[in-house]
Order: sequence, then structure tokens, then C-alpha cells
Amino acid sequence: MSTTYLETFPWWIALPAAFFMVVGSTLALLGTIGLWQLKSFYDRLHAPTLVSSWGAAAILIGSVLLFSWGGSRLVIHELVIGVFLLVTTPITLMMVGRAALYRDRVAGSRELPEHLHLHEPAPPEAAPAAALPERKAD
Amino acid sequence: MIRLIPHPLLSLALVFMWLLLTSFSLGHLVLGAMLGLVIGWIFRLLEPERPKLRRIWPLVKLSGIVALDILRSNIAVARLILTRGRHGKRRSEFLEVPLELKDPHALALLAMIVTATPGTAWLSHDMDSGILILHVFDLVEEDDWRTLIHNRYETLLMEAFG
Repeated sequence: MSTTYLETFPWWIALPAAFFMVVGSTLALLGTIGLWQLKSFYDRLHAPTLVSSWGAAAILIGSVLLFSWGGSRLVIHELVIGVFLLVTTPITLMMVGRAALYRDRVAGSRELPEHLHLHEPAPPEAAPAAALPERKAD
Repeated sequence: MIRLIPHPLLSLALVFMWLLLTSFSLGHLVLGAMLGLVIGWIFRLLEPERPKLRRIWPLVKLSGIVALDILRSNIAVARLILTRGRHGKRRSEFLEVPLELKDPHALALLAMIVTATPGTAWLSHDMDSGILILHVFDLVEEDDWRTLIHNRYETLLMEAFG
């Protein structure tokens, strides 16, 4: 019977590493399920942050444990990955969120509370007639 | 000194990162230091305003608090997704929070904290009025969130950035 590379790890490294990997990937799965299951755009913004916070962190911790043992020195490259994730995710999330908020504020979307609207809501009958000719002019 | 190393923290972090990604040797230390310096100069052209960091201890304290908060809200949001939003009782809401923070660097940090925490999303901030619009995934009590952001994060950031 041959042993694989992973079987050479002692249990006290393998167990915590496996635990962190499972936690991280479970959070990633839940984040994905949330993204698919939630209905409103703003709710959907929240689900992926599960992946980019502790989902990624747990997988990185597992990776540090395994490779520090396997490479017989402390491997902390993962720290760099973590810092970059932490610093860059807000940029995309804020950009997408702000774009959606701006669109909904201008359009007076029903997803927003009324005091956040930028314009007074137009009377329902007049709105489509006034909006259509402008669209054609584009 | 300020002309030579306009962003000492940034340059130091870059050297540290360079040594992490390569293996430590004198050559790499020199190369990393050069990179750190040059990127520091470039960064001064992009961002003339230097961060006015007064004290470092509040930031250390803040990062501990934030790490715990992120862990806690990870569990909360994961549970909400599993139970389909407490079986339909979850109420997500827009929330306006008046902020006293004016320093752009402190605001950027706050934005990172709010975004990295599952359950709160930073949507928009108006520099003139200082009003921040948040989206909260599971709103229980509006004022709880306001005091949380104010007492837990804003006060420490104000201490750090003066």
C-alpha cells in the first residue's frame, strides 16, 4: 500500500488544517447559495462578503499550517493574499453598490425608502408619456 | 526626510511584502528598499496629502475588535442564509448614519471595516453633510447600529487620526 504525500502529515497538523479548510469552503458555499437565493440586489451584496472575509481567511490559515510543516519553515505568503483581499474587495463592492444606489435614487425605485429619492416621484400616468420621446431622441 | 521618504509606512510595508514573497537575502533587501522608496515617491504625486496618523494604539485595538466583529457577523449571516432569513422574518433596511469623521484616510479605513463585515454594506457617503448611507442585511434596532458604528469604530479612528 502506498502512502500519498498528504498522509505523511502528523494528525496534529492535518486535523486543524482540515478543520480550517472545511470551515472556509463551507462559508464560500454558503456565500454562493446566498447570492443565488436572495432576491434583492442590495441583499445580494452581503452574501459574497462571507467568502472574502472568513471564507478566504480560514482557507489561508489551513494553507499556512500545511505548507509551513511541509516546507519546514514558516510560510506566510498567505498573509499578503489576505491583505490584498481585504484592501481590494471594498473597492468593487462600493463601486457596484454606489452605482446601484445612484440608479435607484434617480429612478425613484421602490426598493429605496422615499426620502432617499433624488427627485419627487412623478405622477404615475404622466411619467411614461414624458419619458418615451426622450428615449427615442437618443 | 519627508522629501526622501514621503510615505514611510507604505515604503516599510512594501519592503516587508517583497521579503515575504522572495526569500530573505541582502540583495532582495536592497531591491525591496529601492522599490519601496520609488513607489513612495510615485505615491506622493498621486496623493499629496499625507495621512495624519497621531497614535497607533487605537488602530491596534480597533483591528482586534474588528476581527472579532467580522467573525461574529460571519456566523450571523451564514445562519441567516441557512434558515432563509429566520424563515422570512429578516428585515433588510437602508440606514443613514451621521459621521463626524472628516479625514479621508480614516474614512477609507471605516469603509474597509464596514464592507469587510458581512451584513453591512457601505453604499454612499456625502463629504459635505457627513451622512453615510448603509445597507444592513438584518436590521433589528436602528439606533443600535448608529451607536455601534459611532462608539466602536468612529471614536477609535478619531483618536488615531486626530
